[in-house]
Amino acid sequence: MPIIEVQNLSKQFKTLKAVDGISFSVNEGEVFGFLGPNGAGKTTTINILCTLLSPTGGSAEIAGYDCAKNPDEVRTAIGLIFQDTTLDAGLTAYENLKFHAYLYNLDRRLTERRIDEMLGVMELQSRKHDLIKTFSGGMKRRLEIARGLLHYPRVLFLDEPTIGLDPQTRNTIWDFIDTLRKKEKITVFMTTHYMEEAENCDRIAIIDHGRIIAEGTPARLKGTMQGDIIHLVTADNEVASEEVLESFNITARRENGGLLLETERGEEFIPKLIHALSVRTLSVSLKKPTLNDVFLRLTGRTIRDEGLQNGKEITREFVRSHRRAQR
Amino acid sequence: MIQVRPIYVICVREFIKFFREKSRLLGTLARPVLWLFVVGNGMNSLIKPHVGFSYLQFIFPGMIGMTILFSSIFSSISIVWDREFGFMKEMLVAPISRMSIVVGKAISGTFISVAQAVIILILTPFLGIHLTIMQFIEVVAVAVLVSFCITSLGILIAARLTSFDGFNIIMNFLVMPMLFLSGAMYPVTSMPPALRHLTQINPLTYGVDAFKHVLLRNATPPLGPEFSLSRDLFIVTAISIIMLTLAALSFRKKE
Repeated sequence: MPIIEVQNLSKQFKTLKAVDGISFSVNEGEVFGFLGPNGAGKTTTINILCTLLSPTGGSAEIAGYDCAKNPDEVRTAIGLIFQDTTLDAGLTAYENLKFHAYLYNLDRRLTERRIDEMLGVMELQSRKHDLIKTFSGGMKRRLEIARGLLHYPRVLFLDEPTIGLDPQTRNTIWDFIDTLRKKEKITVFMTTHYMEEAENCDRIAIIDHGRIIAEGTPARLKGTMQGDIIHLVTADNEVASEEVLESFNITARRENGGLLLETERGEEFIPKLIHALSVRTLSVSLKKPTLNDVFLRLTGRTIRDEGLQNGKEITREFVRSHRRAQR
Repeated sequence: MIQVRPIYVICVREFIKFFREKSRLLGTLARPVLWLFVVGNGMNSLIKPHVGFSYLQFIFPGMIGMTILFSSIFSSISIVWDREFGFMKEMLVAPISRMSIVVGKAISGTFISVAQAVIILILTPFLGIHLTIMQFIEVVAVAVLVSFCITSLGILIAARLTSFDGFNIIMNFLVMPMLFLSGAMYPVTSMPPALRHLTQINPLTYGVDAFKHVLLRNATPPLGPEFSLSRDLFIVTAISIIMLTLAALSFRKKE
């Protein structure tokens, strides 16, 4: 039985259709990934699911409750980790968790034990009474995950959980999420624009311009690709493109000053390819398809790690220090 | 609709942060202390009202009002910080009503303002102002109402402020005029009619007027209270309720 059921959901901001009639369902215990570039509608969808926004069309249900009509029941059933930190930097780890326990009306006798349990899993026990402003980015993330799970939610939402973290910390965070998922038997709904992270999902949906353009297991999505991908750079890509079409009946796509060709048994194809070209070959590389390639084929674009998020962080940091200076 | 545990924990958070950030306590207390000790004493030698009390004593009710004004606005503006630093989201996605968040903020803001007003009262012996126990209790009672009113106003503003760019505008175009047009520093009865009307729509005018009732018992206008005490208290309470309801409504509104 699906724990998240979304039907024909849409959200129209003044002139922008952020989410345009999407439908999907997530089964209990699944790790479901929502994949797409910045501005594709991922966060808008999460905000509707977690009752922060009301949809302009369609419906969304979590654990049998309608997100628009029964927000309190939905809120109790979910835990959230947002893109930007939502911890109070002026409070300690313990105080942040205790605040959460009170908001979610967690049983008083249970609270202390649960706080210790979560801090233990996240390996933050020794920092229990330290102020959040002394925490590193990775520690803050771990504490937010601990907090998101404090009230025994059935679904954990992770909106770009590892954004702005270095690759090593990113891996640690995923290990923690994985451990907790098994321990707490929860469903995970996450958004990301890191393709490597999406590979860990049981199922993913690729979203672009507010629409779901592909859905399935990572393996199945990659299976839709013809086979291997060859990246070719020649002295004259225009001519090369025509020759490839003529000799092999393959339509090449242009990318990064080169051509992308999809073919089976790429290793054997490369010698034939070079032989067939009349223009000088500058470089050839071969790779196995990744979700990135699936995305590129479906949308004609790559998911870029845009600098926007970092810019926002810098502004925040500036404002914080400015505010401190003003007092 | 209104849940006790969330309100309680929202208040506790504000108190913890208030006492942890010593600079904030110092900042809000420094202003009235400066006014009373420096400006008040300076002006004392210049202005001698012929009514049996000093300029310093005249501005004292106004300084209590000023302390509450700045403290309450600052407390409620914390909503804007919360939103900017993301913590507001933690509260907005929790299974609690918007009214609980607003009431929690209003109660904590009120407590913090009253606490600061009490600190000012404790300093009065150093100023040559002597209060009776009864006066002390009455000032605290009025302070609770006025603080609640100004905090509610602040929350309404904060609910509509989308970023802290608006904070300076609020300070310069609302908070400072509210102070200057409240009768806190000089009598407002002899002002030009246009300004007179502004003083009458200023909630702080009625708050300061109520403090004058308690602290300048025998004074008459223009230096003493202008309205009746019951009218002051009624207006302050009515404004509080209106502001708080509007604030909760603007919080409930989803995009």
